[in-house]
Order: sequence, then structure tokens, then C-alpha cells
Amino acid sequence: MLHVERLTKTFHVDHLGRDIPAFAPIDFQLAPGQFALISGANGAGKSSLLRCLYRTYKPSGGSAHYAAHAGTIDLATAADVDIALLRREELSFVTQFLRSRPRVSALEWVAEPLLNAGHAWDAAVESAGTMLDALGLKRALWSAYPSTFSGGEQQKVNLARALVYPRRLLLLDEPTASLDAAARASLAERLAAIKDAGVAMIGVFHYPQEVMHLVDHEVRLEGMTNDVAA
Amino acid sequence: MTATSNRPSSSPDKGVPVSQPARTHGYASLQPPVLTTRSPLLVASGLVKRYGRVTAVEGVEVDAYEGEVLGIVGESGSGKSTVLRLLNLQESPDAGTYTLDLPGLAGQDLFALDRFARRDVQTRSIGVVYQNPYLGLRMRFTSSGNVAERLLITGERSYAALRAAARESLAASEFPLDRMDDPPRLLSGGMQQRVQLAKALALKPRLLLLDEPTTGLDVSVQALVLDTLKRLQRERSMTIVLVSHDLGVIRALADRVLVMRNGRVVERGLTDQILEDPQHAYTQQLVHARL
Repeated sequence: MLHVERLTKTFHVDHLGRDIPAFAPIDFQLAPGQFALISGANGAGKSSLLRCLYRTYKPSGGSAHYAAHAGTIDLATAADVDIALLRREELSFVTQFLRSRPRVSALEWVAEPLLNAGHAWDAAVESAGTMLDALGLKRALWSAYPSTFSGGEQQKVNLARALVYPRRLLLLDEPTASLDAAARASLAERLAAIKDAGVAMIGVFHYPQEVMHLVDHEVRLEGMTNDVAA
Repeated sequence: MTATSNRPSSSPDKGVPVSQPARTHGYASLQPPVLTTRSPLLVASGLVKRYGRVTAVEGVEVDAYEGEVLGIVGESGSGKSTVLRLLNLQESPDAGTYTLDLPGLAGQDLFALDRFARRDVQTRSIGVVYQNPYLGLRMRFTSSGNVAERLLITGERSYAALRAAARESLAASEFPLDRMDDPPRLLSGGMQQRVQLAKALALKPRLLLLDEPTTGLDVSVQALVLDTLKRLQRERSMTIVLVSHDLGVIRALADRVLVMRNGRVVERGLTDQILEDPQHAYTQQLVHARL
């Protein structure tokens, strides 16, 4: 369902007048229900690769053909509206950072993807609660605003939002960085379940041991040398 | 109408000079939509607007799909509010076409309509919220009257129906109904914006235009208004065009963004891409100027 060929990314920073390479051309493929682990040293471009696939970053070269329900497109060059459509229906991204809107409760933030997909309020909120429970977020916090939460609590909210309505391709950027052991175990369990359901995953994990049993292939990014910059 | 809020595009830049990008670092051109099979609700093409010797808008293209929030960012004088006034059919352009894919209007260039037909499209299909509530509201009428006036224009005469519609629209905007008969001049800024929003929504328009809707409000009130807008957009699948210089507001609401400078669109893209990986030198400056 995903075929990445020679995908690469370079930043051009205008006020520095120079190019900064993010990662060297990369190739890999992924079928439904498969899990690809992205590995490499700090600064090898692991997060940048995920962001290129989600199109938060605009790739500089190569392609990433993705077989969507409605047809195959190249994520690297597809129209913005097509990417927006995929993000609503097929593609989701979990980062280590929470970007909630002010004055939106944790429960509502987690329920929002379901509401956006047209689910009824009560059902959406109930699913959101189940997910927060599974990841171990204290009920007392459900109606509070996540911007005041600790790092681990924010990450639980983030993960719950991504997993409450799993899409076909899930991008995970160090989702366990500040989670406790119980939450990490619960996450691994949930990932195994959605993998069985056919969800494909590409992940960067600081401590990959917990998910190693889910990994189908490892995509290794080699460090870039700085002299690539023009 | 004159462009009091628009500074000449030929005015010297106040900031650091911005060069055109020597090269793009992401794919410069994208493919046409493949998965998105519906046509956009709004298409405006080749927009040009001059005020005397000043060119406020120069060759701007805008498209927006049903249920989408399109942000327009840029500094004061970039032409973003002029684009919004053109889309609201408040002013005529010097060049350009504008279509809304609505029953009976598909393919019709709205700029080519006569004054009365234009006014009709504006009333029935387009809602607008201005930064300055004095532009959008009669300050001495009741708030409910301000909202009901929209229905009066379309011929509704039953007091009960007008009252019910005003109440419904004010409630949807999360306006406290026990104050619906207070005139806007007695209300806080946040509540005035809710009256404007209720008025804009009264006729259930397909297109909602927002010109700096939360600028000047307290941060906490701003968050509440943003939340209301997000909910309305989800529930009514309206198309929203949002003009703001506040990148936080844009991030919270917009799906896609146009970046304007000196009357032109210098960059367009997905909101997170514009904010995280800006391609154009000017957008890089704008994003990094954020506090």
C-alpha cells in the first residue's frame, strides 16, 4: 500500500543562505498490517521522514506512492486537498508533542476525530473515555484542559486521539518518550490489535524493545554528512 | 468605497529585505487533485484590485472546498482584507472572475451580475464577520433585531418566525440568550462578535468570511470564539475563508493557507506545512517572527 522510492528532503534556510539536508534518498515498501521501524542515530532524519510522508514537510525529491481507497497517489507531490482528505480518512500521525486547542477538554480533544468523521456525540465521547482509560489517564483529568498536563499525561491524550479512530496508515513519532511502563505496555497491546485489523504503521521509537515483536521491517537511516549543503 | 485599511503596495518595506527564494527545497509544483472528485465551492481567478495608482491585489487565485477552512495570512497592507471584500461582493475587481458552485449559480461569474443579483447572492449565500463589530452591526438596535434583519431582507414578516430564527442563530453562536434584546453597544467585544456570527449564520450561508474575527479580544475570550467557530464548521460543513495575521488562530482553524505579500500570493499549502516547512523566504520570516 506504500511504495517509497528515493524519497529525500533538504531544507533551504533563506536567512542562512544555505541548504540543510534532512535525510538521504530512502526506499522501502509497506503492506497493510505491516509495521516498519525507522532507526538511526540522532539527527539522521527519522522524524523528518515521517513528516514528509504526512506532508508537514514538503519532500525535495523521490516519491511515496500510496494506494488510497479511491486510487493511488504520490504523497510527495499530491495536491494539498488530496492530502487533507487522506488525513481525515486514512492517515494519522502521533507526535511526542501535544497541540490541543485552548479550552477544549481532554475528552473532547480525543473524541474530535470521531466527531469529524460524523459519529454522534455520545458514542464519540464514550469511545474517547474507553481509550483514555486503556492508556491510564486519570478520570479526574478528562474534563480538564490538556495544555496544563504533565508530559506523560499529554502524551496519553495525544495517543488516545490517534488511536480512537485508527486510519489505514499510522505514523508514530516517539509516542512513548514520556510514558510510564504500564502505559507503554497498554500502547503495545493496542498497536498489536490495530495491526491485526490491517492498519499499517511506520514508527520511530526511542526504546523499540516494547514494540520489537510487532516489527516487520526496519528502515535504517544513515547519518548525513554536512558537506552535502551547497 | 475606499481602501482606508490598505496601505500602498509600493510602500517601502519596513523589515528586512526579502529575496525571492534562490531555489525551492520542496517540490515546487504539485499534481492536480485525484482523490478529491468534487469541484471546489469557491473559485476566484485572476483577481486584480487597484485603488488609484495603488494595486492592492494583483493576480490572486483562490479556491476552497465544501467544509474546508482556508486561511489567508500576511501583514497589514498585503491585500488579504481586500481579497475578502471582493469575495463578499462588496467591491468590484479591476479584473478576475468569481464563481460559487451553488444551485442556480454554477458557472456564473458573480462579478458579472447586476447590483441587485449580487446583493441577493451576498445576502443568501455569504456570511461575514468583521474584526470591527461597528462594520457589521447596528449598535443601537437590539442584538436579536440585528440577527432578524437578515431574514427580513429575504421577505420573512412573521414576528414569531423572526424571533425564533434569531434565537436559534444566537444560541448556535453560544450567545447568552438572556441578553438577546440588549443592543450590541452594551455588550463586551466577545459578545459583539457572537452577535455578528449569529447574524452571518442566520440564513445558513454556504460560505462564511471571517476578517480577523478574534483580533482585539482577550486571549480567553478568543479561545471560546475559536471553539465556537470550529464546532459550527464541523456541524454545518460550511466553507470558511479566514483572514488573520495571527498564526495561532490560523493553526487552530485552517486546513490550508495562502500567504499574501504586496497583493500577491507568495505561497500556498497545508497549514502545518506552511508553519513547519515554509518554502518562500517571506513565509520563513513571517513564521519565525512568531513569539
